[in-house]
Formats: sequence, structure tokens, C-alpha cells
Amino acid sequence: MPGLGITYGRGGATTNLMDLQNADCIIIQGSNMAEAHPVGFRHPMIAREKGATLIHVDPRYTRTSAMCDIYAPIRAGSDIAFLGGLINYVIENERYFRDYVLNYTNAATLISEDFRDADPAGLFSGWDEEKQEYDPTSWRYEGMPLRYAAVGGSQGAIFGEAGEGEDHAGELHAGRPRPNDQTLQHPRCVFQILKRHFARYTPEMVERITGCPKEKFLQIAETICENSGRDKTTAFVYSVGWTQHSKGVQVIRAAAILQLLLGNVGRPGGGVLALRGHATIQGSTDIATLYDVLPGYIPMPDVAKNHNTWRDYVETETAEAGWWSYFPQYAASLMKAWYGEHFDPKDGKLFDHFPRISGDHSYYPTLMAMKDGEVKGCFVFGQNFAVGGPHAKLARDGIRNLDWIVVLDAFEIETATAWKLDGVDPEECGTEVFLMPSALVSEKDGSFTQTQRLLQWHDKAVDPPGDARSDAWFVFHLGRRLKELYADSDDPRDTLIKALKWDYPTQGPHDEPDIESILKEIGGYRTDTGKPVGGFAELKDDGSTACGGWIYSGVFAGGVNQARRRKPWQRQDLVALEWGWAWPMNRRILYNRASADPEGKPWSERKRYVWWDGERWTGRDVPDFEATKPPSYRPGPEDRGVDAIPGDGPFIMQGDGKGWLFAPVGLKDGPLPVHYEPVESPVPNLLYAQQRDPTARLFFRPDNPYNLPEDPRFPHVVTTYRLTEHHTSGAMSRWIPWLGELQPELFAEIPPELAAEEGVRNADWVTIETSRGKIHARALVSDRMPVFRFDGRKIYQIGLPYHWGPNGVVKGDVVNDLVPVSLEPNVAIHEAKAFTANLKRGRL
Amino acid sequence: MAKTGFLTDTTVCIGCKACEVACKQWNQLPADGYEMTGDSYDNTQTLSGSTWRHVAFIEKSGRKRLTGDVDLVALAEGVREELPEGAEIDGLGRWTFMSDVCKHCARAPCQQACPTGAIIRNEFDNVYIQPDVCNGCGYCVPACPYGVITSVPEDGRAFKCTLCYDRQKDGLEPACAKACPTDSIVFGEVEELERRAEERVRELHERGYTEAYVYGTEEVGGTGGIGGNHSKFILMDRPETYNLPAAPELPQEKVGPAVAASAVAAAVLSAAVALAFRR
Repeated sequence: MPGLGITYGRGGATTNLMDLQNADCIIIQGSNMAEAHPVGFRHPMIAREKGATLIHVDPRYTRTSAMCDIYAPIRAGSDIAFLGGLINYVIENERYFRDYVLNYTNAATLISEDFRDADPAGLFSGWDEEKQEYDPTSWRYEGMPLRYAAVGGSQGAIFGEAGEGEDHAGELHAGRPRPNDQTLQHPRCVFQILKRHFARYTPEMVERITGCPKEKFLQIAETICENSGRDKTTAFVYSVGWTQHSKGVQVIRAAAILQLLLGNVGRPGGGVLALRGHATIQGSTDIATLYDVLPGYIPMPDVAKNHNTWRDYVETETAEAGWWSYFPQYAASLMKAWYGEHFDPKDGKLFDHFPRISGDHSYYPTLMAMKDGEVKGCFVFGQNFAVGGPHAKLARDGIRNLDWIVVLDAFEIETATAWKLDGVDPEECGTEVFLMPSALVSEKDGSFTQTQRLLQWHDKAVDPPGDARSDAWFVFHLGRRLKELYADSDDPRDTLIKALKWDYPTQGPHDEPDIESILKEIGGYRTDTGKPVGGFAELKDDGSTACGGWIYSGVFAGGVNQARRRKPWQRQDLVALEWGWAWPMNRRILYNRASADPEGKPWSERKRYVWWDGERWTGRDVPDFEATKPPSYRPGPEDRGVDAIPGDGPFIMQGDGKGWLFAPVGLKDGPLPVHYEPVESPVPNLLYAQQRDPTARLFFRPDNPYNLPEDPRFPHVVTTYRLTEHHTSGAMSRWIPWLGELQPELFAEIPPELAAEEGVRNADWVTIETSRGKIHARALVSDRMPVFRFDGRKIYQIGLPYHWGPNGVVKGDVVNDLVPVSLEPNVAIHEAKAFTANLKRGRL
Repeated sequence: MAKTGFLTDTTVCIGCKACEVACKQWNQLPADGYEMTGDSYDNTQTLSGSTWRHVAFIEKSGRKRLTGDVDLVALAEGVREELPEGAEIDGLGRWTFMSDVCKHCARAPCQQACPTGAIIRNEFDNVYIQPDVCNGCGYCVPACPYGVITSVPEDGRAFKCTLCYDRQKDGLEPACAKACPTDSIVFGEVEELERRAEERVRELHERGYTEAYVYGTEEVGGTGGIGGNHSKFILMDRPETYNLPAAPELPQEKVGPAVAASAVAAAVLSAAVALAFRR
């Protein structure tokens, strides 16, 4: 996520689940961790038993709240106001970790004279009213040429995930001295800009906007300050409760800034832990389901960029500083892995045949293109978007307009049965449906890459039943047949299929491909001997190495499947370097050089983690730093690549080696977080004239209407969520009787006051309506749903778990039919965690 | 063979119901039905012949958390109806979860009520119903003071937690304990669990949770001649809050008084009749 990627340099969680045991305080916000990640929640529970304070900040009182020492209710969609209040508290009361802030963040750096803050309009300098977008040149560091701020190269200098794209750090040469003020007093230094920007986020304002009582807010602010510093660390945990907002990236940015101020990043028990929503979502973005990246976040060739030839592509994408300066090695090794002897990096001719993207082919525009007849067919693996995505009715309409759809799943999910849903006449639907029975996880080999970038291997336990096959089987044999089909073709456009290296060994009666051989290819090997490489530093741009995903190189170091290691943490250090394998290079806490002071000594004995022993970096984890670069190292003006990072710059993916309190480039909606109301909100923005994120991507189509702000027809706030008992769209759980009986029906959690006003009794049917559609649910009346006072008005929230659909053992209406397609500008994530609706008694 | 049992610590239960599902999966028990009850997040409601672990969801909104000196015995006996004033209700204790299971009584009323000998103590000293011996008479059902045993509708036979007898024989821990992500359910030897429970309660008291106590001892929960339970619980509120009896007793404890009362009644009636005839 760019929230973390822009601030720290990589878009992944900075820490891991087990490390939460080291925390003195854990603040869980934007996550219902105990319910959605119950197994990982054992670690906060262990921390609590060891004396840590657990805090939950959430619109609902959940099973997570029940486990925490402090629960603070906030109105859905008001997170930035809360976090901004914490930032203001830390700065105003001088509770920041000064040595850390001064040395490891860009607090002292001066910003261009052209920069203007967002007060009071809610728009930063550079806003183009006509184009409805920012020109970020005025946000640049002072002394930087204009082009640095304007550059928008494609590779994330960030390893990470969905849609972080904008290159930034590598372009800001560390070797150059930057105007700065080490006293942090200059009015244009980042620290003073930050201080002024958040000055209006007072405890009183936090209470007015979020509805969280001021005393509760202050209690939390004081608790995290007391539990941060040299001797103590506080960790933040979030999940899709922060990402699924029209301003989700800036919510995460706010927490990332706060953690830098408190000095909690790169240290044990600190950091920002992003919990992913599925078992291997991290893996599927790493190796690489997004339309605009290839494995390892290598940018997809693009017609809009100078990617005409192999040489153009490599020159365009190679950064001057940091690890992306080795782009030619990564990209050439990827091509060698896929095309073997047919790809020669000297001429790169085969690249001419490689497809280029020509526009936005992300999820929502593709759905709309389906409905508009521009997409003819669709393969669906491990997804049930007829139920699981926002505005699911639009998705089902899109599916019904396809010529064909192939669905691989263990059950007959709604995505495969759109032709008979919503009351449509099956004879009117021309879609040809191929439903292929697929194997479940215990029925196949494979690896998961989870939340903390950790690869864990699993072996097949039983054969899949009947005709069910693994997804890999389907893809492998589809590719094999396509190669056979085109073997004799002379058409130039078939060149890539013919060149594709597709020689995975198969096994068993059904010729299942050997999955370990795929992981070996991803991990990288020498093309002459076939020997696995030890890491990405060994990759070459001359064709002598092949690597299907450079960030995973090293996973087969020494010819051993490192992901298969299973020595539990109880039998080694808690860092557990011998459990599975984490990318990059098995590092468990990122930026861990920050666990030592600028001279390389641990900040305190209690928080010892990685340190300089006089000759090299050493410690409990793999140092996230060049092993022999001394703390005193300073780059010269001509230094490039990794040499441009100083010996006291822990954020090695950033060109200046520093954590970015202020983001001079890289984000489409501003260099600092701003509180905006959700696109659909029952209340006005109290802080700025600008009501919503001005750059939020909206789709004004007749089939995607929005509820206007403060529309009296839709007075309540809806937030959607998951329950422990089901999984996302329910595709894997609604068919299981043991799970179905635990949560058999869709319900709407509502506060007793709302129930009384509407004459609803517990377990009655209610109808919930937005301008997209309406659904029926059973009411679950509970004072676990807080009621908020907003300038004298009562604001009610409706909680809706979104697991149900019309198929399966337990059925229910599709909550996602209510959700609008309104997207975050940087990553195109929808806003399902805060929108407005109406609620009435009965099935209307 | 060592005696084995459970210790279920409600203070670290996160209400995930993994125990309930793991139990049903391992023992291949059917679902009970698909109806939303509206009772918090609890849709299976109770232990039954087909639900051998059941997670109760206890909403205590608006009530104060107990602090300070609490008379545990009075608490256990349910003497105090209103909870004492304490700290403002916050995170801990407002919504609590409790994974209920067969208590595996030291002197099991169900076993004493069973006329066919179907209910035995196995080599692990667990209370075990032999399904091939049970004839479905149902005497064990009212005998259980905890409401653990029910008959299944198909053939009237009684089923309940076996403490995963089959897994134990293979050296494995029961499925529920294996699945529990927070070690709220611990399986082990009874003496060891008792030690662990006492230690845990002491630790909770030191941290200010003075309301914590062990349920399933001869003082609380395993009373009335039952002699304590092999599956114990750490609770934070009165037993009734968790739908548990504070002071259960063996049914036959009531037999003596009942016989005596009947004898007295008979004697009185006989005397009355005799008197009537004499006149």
C-alpha cells in the first residue's frame, strides 16, 4: 500500500504477527483482528498477558474490543480526524522521540516556497480545478529540480502491493545535500509544516468529528506516548477497515507518520502491521495478479511510456539510487525464466512481441466494460465477485453480458449462476458457463505468502475428490494445449506462445504439475547449471540467470525449499528465522537498522534488535541494511545506487534514507493526510470546506448513483465487515453445515435507539436501502453499536456482515448490492466501510 | 493411566468457535439447524447430542466490572443479586465468551443413573458413553445437573463429549484444544491442570481481576457429592451468568431426604387414616 510505501519505502507490513508479543502497547484500529484474524490474534493476547495495553478504536464494539483494555468508539470514516488528533497531541506536548525524528525522518528537510497547506479550503497548492487533480511540483524538497517532483515513473520504489505505482524515492538522490534545519524551527521545515497542519485536530475537534469522548481520546493518546520511546514500543495494527475508504491511503499515512514521530518503526514491538484479508493475498500481488505489474512489482510494459524496445524499457525503468537501480538484472532474469533460450537480453528482440497495457484495466473499469459489452470472456479463480465486490449487482449484470465465463471453484458459487439470479429469464442470458470443480487447499501442494511477507509451504494431505483439480493443473494444461495448438503457426502474434518455456514436470494419475518446480523458478537459478541462486544480488542481466520473481530469490537457496522450514518459535528465538521464509532475504522486521541509534548502538537494552558491532551489522534478525556499511558512512554527490544511502539512513528504499513525514511526491491526494468525510456521509466536514477527498475516483453512470452528503433520505451510516464464522463472500463457508449453523442468516446490527425509533424488535426483518438497491436482513439489536452525537444530532450506524448470497446451505441477500463504486485515487480501492443508507422495519 | 481433563480459561477466549467446529468435524457430528436466534452471536444455543462443545456469548452491557474484594463463596452461591460498583465497563468483561463442555465429574451422576452400564470411566478416567451399549432409556439426561447430556432424536441414544477418546489413545490432544488459537482450552493431566488453574487465578488477582475463580472444584461447581470436575473453568462472574449451576449435587443425595420425607408423609397419612377410623 502506498500509505506505507510512500512513508517508509516498501508497501508491506513493517513487522510481523509474532513480534506483537514484544509490544508494550498495541493499538488496533481499522481492524477487527480477533474475528477476522483469530489465529494471528494469539500474539496480541500473549502480549496482553505479558502486561501490554491493548486498545481498540472502531465504529463497533466487537469480539476484538472485548479483548482490549481500552475501547474507543469512532464514527465510521473518521479515522484521520482521530489519528490527526494523536499527531497533534504528540507534537503539542513534545512527546515525540526527538533523536529518532531528527535523524531518521525528513522532519528537518525544507520544503519549496511554493507549497501551501490545505487550510481552510481543504486543498493543497497545485490543485487543478479543471482537471480535478494535483500538480505536485510545489510539494518538492527545496533545492530539488522541478522534474523530480513531477516524475511519475512506474516502478514502485516500493515493494508492496496493490497499485502503488508512483516512483519517487529512487529519483531523489541521497548523495546531494538538502537544505535543512536541525533545530526544527524553520517555518518551512517538514516538522513545522506538520505542526501547523495538525494544529486544528484538537481533542475537542476529535470528539466533535469522531464522536469519541474527549477523555477517552486523551487516555489513548497518553497511553501510546507512555509506551513509546527508547525503552518502550507501541505497535499499530490495521486491516481493510482502513483501506476500504475513498481516502484509505491517507488514513494509513497518518498512522505511519505517528509511528515515525513516536520512534516506533523498525524496532521490536513497534511498526505498522497491515493484516491482509486472505491467506495469500500478499503472494498473489507479489507474483502478480494486478494488471499493471509483473512478478516482483516489475512494471507491465505500457504504450503510454517509452517501452518501445527492450532497451527503452530497461532504461526507462532503471532507478539511479536504491535497489531499483538493478532493474536490468531483475527484468532480464524474469524474461529468461519465462522464455528460456528464446529470449536474448543482448538484443531483447522477443520483447517486441510482449503485450503492452493501453489503459486502466483494473477491476472496476473491467466490470463496467463487461456490462458495456467490451469484454467477451472471463476466467475466475478463487473469487466470487457476483457477491464479494462492491456494487455486486453491477458485477452480475456484467457477467450476464459475457459470451463465456470459466469459473473454477469447489462449489457452485453465484459467479457461475448469474444467469439464473435476480429474476432474469435464463433464456435471455447468452453467457456460456464452464464450471470446473477445483481442489481445496489441503488437496494440493503450494505456498502461502501471508500478511508479513512470509512464505509457508503446505503439502497435499488428500487427493481431491472426483474430477476436481488444482488451479495450477488447469493453467498448466491450458497452456500446454495452447502451445500444441499454435505449434505450427507462422503468425508473428503467436510468437510468445511458441516461445513460452512450459516444461514443468508432472506427476500422479492426473498429470498435476510439480508445484515445487514453479517455486524453484520463482526463486531463481543459473541457466547453465540449473543451480538455485542465493538471493537477488546474484541475478545478472546477461541471461546467465533466470528468476520468476526477484523479490522471492533466495527462497530456494542451497537447493532447499526454505518456505518448508517449520521450527516453531518456542524452539528458537521469537524472531523465528527458521520458520518459513520471508522476503526480502528472510528479514522479519523491515527498516530494522532503526532499532539502533545513529551510532549503531541499541536505543536501549530492553529493545535490542539489530546493531553495529564495529565491523558489521548483526543482531536477532537479518539486518535490513548493507551488512558492512558503517554508521558513519556518508555518500558523496556522485554516489549512485545503494551507495547513495548514508550509514544512518534506515529507510533504504527511500532516496534520502529517511522516513517521510511529508511526502514530496508519490501521492495523488496530497503530501499530508487531511480529514475528509466519506463520499457518502450524513454530516458536513467540520474542518475544511472541501467535503470529500477531491481526487476520489467516482463513476457517474446511471447504474452507479451516489447518495449525496446529508441526504435526509439516507440518514444512517453503514459499515460492512466479516465474521469469524464465514469467509468473505462465503464461497468457502456458506456450503459448510458446521459453519452455516453458527451464522445462518444475514443480520443488521443496529443500536437499541434506532430500533426503538423504527419500531424494530430483535430478530425482526428490516429493509436497508441505498440508491443502488435494497436488501432484507434480520435485525440484531445491540448496544454494542454506539450512537454518536454530531452537533446535537444523533447519528446511527448499521453494521452489515457481507457473507451471504442466494446459493449455498445458508442463504441471504447480497450486502454488496448496496455499496457504491467510489474509489480511492491512488489504489482504486472501494469505499465499503462508510456509506449511507436508510432502514425500515419489515421486508419492503 | 493418568487422569485427564480440560481447563477452559474464559479470560483468554476470543469467541471464535473454532473448538465447536473442530469438535464437530473430528467427531463427524451433524449441524443442528440453520436458524438465527437473535441471541448475541450464539446460534447453536446449547450443548446437545450433536453439539459437544458450545461457545456461549454473554452480553453484559451496562453492568459494571467487578473490582475490589469479592466474596467468592457468596458469589458462587448466587447470594448477591446485584454486582458491586466497580470501574467503568470498558474493554475487558463487557462481552465474554465461554466454551462449555462436559464436566467429566469425579463422581458422575449420569454414570450412576445409567441402568445398562453404557456410561463408564475409561482408562483416562473420562466419563464415556459406549454407543453400542446405550439403549436410549434417557435416564442420564435428567441426572446431569449441568444439562450436558441429551438424547438424539434419531434413536434416542445419548451422546456427549468423549474427551476425544480416540485421539487420546493415539497420543493426540482433543480436537477442540488443538484448534484453540489462544490456548483458552488446555488439555492435560487433572493434577497439573488444577495447579495451573490455581496459578492463573492468583495471577489474575494480582493484576486486579479479583473476581476470577476456578469452577469445577469441590467448593464451586463440583459440589454436592460430585467431588469436583475433571474439566474445569476459570470464570469472571457468577456461575449462573454462564448458565452453570453454582452448587449442583448428585441426584441420589436427594434420595435420602426424599425417602425420609415420603416415609414421614406416609406415617402422617397412616396416622391420620388410623385416627379417622378410630373415630
